[in-house]
Amino acid sequence: MTELEEPTIGVFVCHCGINIGGIVNVPEVVEYAKTLPNVAWAEGNLYTCSEAGLSSIKDAIKKNGLNRVVVASCTPRTHEPLFRSTCEEAGLNKYLFEMANIREQCSWVHSHEPEKATTKAKDIVRMAVARSRWLEPQDEPEVDVADSAMVIGGGISGLMAAVSLASQGFKVHLVEKEPQLGGITRRLGKIYPTLQDSSDIIDPVIKAATANENIQIYTSATLKDISGYVGNFKVSLKKGTEDTRLDVGTIVLASGALNYEPPKGSFQYGVLDKVVTQLQLEEMLTQGKLAEPERVLMIQCVGSRTGEVWTYELSDMTQSFAARLLSKILGAKKEEGWPYCSKICCMNAIKNAIRIKEQWPKAHVDILFSDLRTYKEYEDFYRRARALEVKFIRYIREIPPEITEAPDKKVKVTVYDTLAGVETEFLCDLVALSTPLCPSKEDVMLARMLKVPLGPDGFFMEAHPKLRPVDCQSDGIFIAGTACGPKDIPESIISAKAAAARASILMANKKLKTEALTADVDTDLCMGCGLCEELCPYGAHKIEGGKSKTVAALCRGCGVCAADCPKRAITMRHYSDRQILAQVEAMMT
Amino acid sequence: MVVEKSALVIGGGIAGIQASLDLANRGLKTYLVEKSPSIGGRMAQLDKTFPTMDCSICILAPKMIECFRHPKIELLTYSEVKEVHGSAGDFTVKVVKKPRYVQADKCVGCGTCADHCPVELPNEFDSGMGVRKAIYIPFPQAVPRVYTVDKDHCLDCGLCNSVCNAKAVDLEQQPVELELHVGGIVVATGFDMYEPFRITSYGYGKYKNVITAMQLERLLSASGPSGGRIMRPSDGRIPRTIAFLQCVGSRDQRFGYPYCSSICCKYAVKDAVLIKEHRPDSEVYIFYIDLRVFGKGFQEFANRAKKEFGVKFVRSSPGEIREDPETKDLTLWYEDTLTRTVKSLKADLVVLSTALMPRSDSVELAKILGIETDRFGFLVASDPVRHPVDTQVPGIVGCGYCLGPRTGDIPDSVMQAGAAAARLSEILMAGSV
Repeated sequence: MTELEEPTIGVFVCHCGINIGGIVNVPEVVEYAKTLPNVAWAEGNLYTCSEAGLSSIKDAIKKNGLNRVVVASCTPRTHEPLFRSTCEEAGLNKYLFEMANIREQCSWVHSHEPEKATTKAKDIVRMAVARSRWLEPQDEPEVDVADSAMVIGGGISGLMAAVSLASQGFKVHLVEKEPQLGGITRRLGKIYPTLQDSSDIIDPVIKAATANENIQIYTSATLKDISGYVGNFKVSLKKGTEDTRLDVGTIVLASGALNYEPPKGSFQYGVLDKVVTQLQLEEMLTQGKLAEPERVLMIQCVGSRTGEVWTYELSDMTQSFAARLLSKILGAKKEEGWPYCSKICCMNAIKNAIRIKEQWPKAHVDILFSDLRTYKEYEDFYRRARALEVKFIRYIREIPPEITEAPDKKVKVTVYDTLAGVETEFLCDLVALSTPLCPSKEDVMLARMLKVPLGPDGFFMEAHPKLRPVDCQSDGIFIAGTACGPKDIPESIISAKAAAARASILMANKKLKTEALTADVDTDLCMGCGLCEELCPYGAHKIEGGKSKTVAALCRGCGVCAADCPKRAITMRHYSDRQILAQVEAMMT
Repeated sequence: MVVEKSALVIGGGIAGIQASLDLANRGLKTYLVEKSPSIGGRMAQLDKTFPTMDCSICILAPKMIECFRHPKIELLTYSEVKEVHGSAGDFTVKVVKKPRYVQADKCVGCGTCADHCPVELPNEFDSGMGVRKAIYIPFPQAVPRVYTVDKDHCLDCGLCNSVCNAKAVDLEQQPVELELHVGGIVVATGFDMYEPFRITSYGYGKYKNVITAMQLERLLSASGPSGGRIMRPSDGRIPRTIAFLQCVGSRDQRFGYPYCSSICCKYAVKDAVLIKEHRPDSEVYIFYIDLRVFGKGFQEFANRAKKEFGVKFVRSSPGEIREDPETKDLTLWYEDTLTRTVKSLKADLVVLSTALMPRSDSVELAKILGIETDRFGFLVASDPVRHPVDTQVPGIVGCGYCLGPRTGDIPDSVMQAGAAAARLSEILMAGSV
C-alpha cells in the first residue's frame, strides 16, 4: 500500500428538504462531524445534490484543501455517481469520496424517534468518516469496445435493433435458432389496430436486414457459449456442423416470448378439438381453415392473472349467488399459468372478433373478459367491435366459464354474466382461449450464459424498471422486445430502437472506463488453489501459472473471492479490510 | 449534403432529458429547450414511482444535473421555439430566451429575494396546493437553480433587487433571440392534466375535499406543501375514508376524451398503497370501470394492494358526489355492478383520477414544426406500427406523452426517448441524408 497523505476530510450533511431534516437534527450532526478526527470542514445543505449543494462541495474542496469528501444523505445507488463526478471536477480522485446513508437507513425508518435517529445519524457519519480516512485514489481500468454487436433473436425486435445499428455503421451478427426470420409476428395474420397484414410489417424488415451488408445473419444457429465482458464478448455458435466464433462489443437480447399453451383439460383444451388458443384461431383465419361459424366465443385471461384475489362482501349478494361463489371458491383448483397481465390479449381478441364479423356479419362473437384492457387509443378499436355487435360479457374468475361437449359438433359454454346477474349458455362452433405471452424455458440457459438475471415473472430483468428499461444489469447487454415482458409490435419496435441507441453509445465511444472496485490478488500469497475461480459468479478469476489472475473488466466487485480466500491473498480495491475494520471500530466506539 | 451533427430537443421532462442524454452521449451536440424555468417536467412532481417506490425526484435529479453538466448539452430553459426551417440534416431553429429578470450567471440561488418578496401566488408545481412568490424557483431541486420573476404578478417594488447580494436581479432584462443549426429535432413536450370542472356532478372546484390525483401526489410528497401529510383542504384534518374515481375525463365522450389515458389505474393503485403506508387505518376505495393494471409487474402490485394493504376495488362509476355543507364530508352514490346493488359511501376525501391531454400549445408548436396532430392535438406518427416515433417530416421525431396515450408511463417514455435518439443517429451518424 502506498503511503497515504494525511486525510483532510469535508463532511456535507443533507437535509433532503424535510426527508432527513424533518427528523434528524442536521445542525447537531454537522457540529458533531466537526469534532471527528481529521474533519476540516462540515456543513449542512438543504439538498446536497442540487446545483447549489454541488458547487458548495467544490468550493469547500478548493478552499480547505480537502482530500476526502463524505456526504451524509441518501443512497449511493442513485447519488454516488453524481457526488463522485463533483469531486472529480474539483480535482479529487473520485474514489476519495464516501457516502453515509442517513435517509433510507435512518430518517425514513425512524421517523417516529427523532432523537434516536439523530444519534444514529451521528454513528453513521462517524463510521463513514472513519472509512474515508483509509480511502485510496484508484485508477479505473479502460477497456476497448469492439464496434460490432450480436443480436440474439430474429423476430421483429431483433431485426429492428439490427437494422438500426447497421444503418449507424456498426457490424451486426444476428443469431436466430429457427430456420426462418420473423419470430412470432410471422404467425400473426393481421396486426391491430390497423388490420394490416403482418407480412406488411415483417417482410420489409427482413428484406432490409438481409440486404444490409453490415448485417451477418445466422439462422438455425445455436449459441454454445458466451464469455468475456462489455466491449469484448466472445461468442461461439453452431450452425449445422459448422462452429463459428464471434468477437462483439455489445449484445442485444431479443429472444422473444412464447405463446402460453394451456394444460390439457383446462377449459377442455386438448380434449375437445373445438377449443383452441387465440393464436390457433388467428392461424385458422389466415389460412382460410375456419368455415362460416354461427358462434365463436373467446375467453380472456386463460393462464394469465392467476392468483388474483378479489374481496366480496357476501351480504351484498343474493343468496344463490353467494352460495355459488362460495362453492366455487372452496372447490377451486390452483390455476396454472402466470400472475401477470399479458397486455396484448384484449386487443388480439378484438382483432380476431372484427375479422370474423367483417367476413361473416351473421356470425355471433362473444368475448368473456374480467377487465377489458384496451388501453391507449385502442379504446376506439373496442368501440369498433361493439359497433359490429361483438358481445362483451364480464365473468369473474371465481366462477369461470364451464365448457361441455354438445350435439352437432358444438361446444356448450355456461357462464355467469355479472352485469346481467344471470347464468347464460352459449352453443358455439369454436371457443378461443386468449393465452398470454410467457417466457421460454430456454431463457434460463440463456440467462446463465449471459450472466444476467431473470425477474420474478420469468422474463429478463432490466437494470432499473423506470429509468433503465432496456439495459441489463450486466454492462454491454441490452434487452429488446418481449424477452423483457409482454409487448405489442409498436412497443417491441420502440424498445428495439432504444436498445440499439444504448448499444451504439458504447460502441461509438470505442473505449470504456470500468469501476475500479475489483479484486486484487497478492501473487506472493496466492497458492493457486483455484477456490476463487470456482466461486466467482462472473468468471473473473483464472488460474494461470499456478496463480490467480483477475480480469478487471469482468469483476463486479462482489467480494466473494476475498472473503473465501484461505490465504487472504485477495483484497478488494476500494473495500479493503482496513477500511471496513475502521468502520466497524468506529461503530463500536 | 453534409449534415449537422447536432440535435434540438423540445421539452425537458423525463422523455426530453433521456433523449438529450442518449443523443449527447452518442456524440451529438444537443440543445435542450424547456419552456418553464426548470427542467424536470411531470416526473419531478410525483411523490414515488412504482414498483420500486423510489422517491421520484431522487431518481430524476441526478439525470437533471447530468444534463446540466454534460459538455455536449446546452440547456435553454425558460425558452421557446419560434420558427423552424429546413429539412433533415439541416434545420435552422429560432429560439427565444424569455427574460427571467434575473441574470443566470450571477444568481447563486440563495433565495433571499423570495424571502422578501411580498407577493404570494398559488404554486403551479404544487398543482395550486402550495404557494410561491412572484420571484421563485419552481421547486428546490430546480435545474438550473436560478430565480425567475413572474412579471405578470410582480409589483415592481424592487425589494428583490435591493436584498440581492449577488446583484443578479435585472428588472429591465429583454428577450434574447438565438439561431440554432441542427440536424434533427426531438419533440418531447409532454401533456397537460384534465381539469374536471365540466363534470359538475363531481363538484370539483366547488367542494373543497374533491381534489385531483396530481394534487394528492403533491400532498403525499415529503417536499410538498403539507410536508407529506395527507390532509383535507377544507379543515386540514387527516382523512380516514378516501375514494378514488377512475376515468375522469378519459373514456368519456361527453365531457372529456374517448381514449384511455393508460396510466390512471396504475397511479391510483400506487397512491392508494402510499396512503395505506402513511396511515394503515385508512379506508381506501378505488372506483373503476375496467381495472387496467397492465404492464410489467402492475397486476402483481394490484394484487398486493388488495391482499396486503386492503385497498377496496369497486367496479362502478359513481354518478354523483354530494357535500354536507356543515362538515364538508362527501357522499358518493354508485351502483356496484358486480353485486348489482345501489349503494352510497361517505368519504372524507375524493380523488379524481383525471385524464392526460395534449399540451394547450401543442397544435401551435406542430404548425411551427410543420408536423401533423390528431383530432385531440397529439402528434401523429408517420406509421404508428412500424415507425412509432417518426413524424411525417423526416428528421423530426417524438417521444413521451406528446405522442398521445400510446405512451404509458415513465419506462415507456424513456424507451421512446431512446428510440427517438436512435432514429436521429441513424440519419445523422451515417453522414448523409
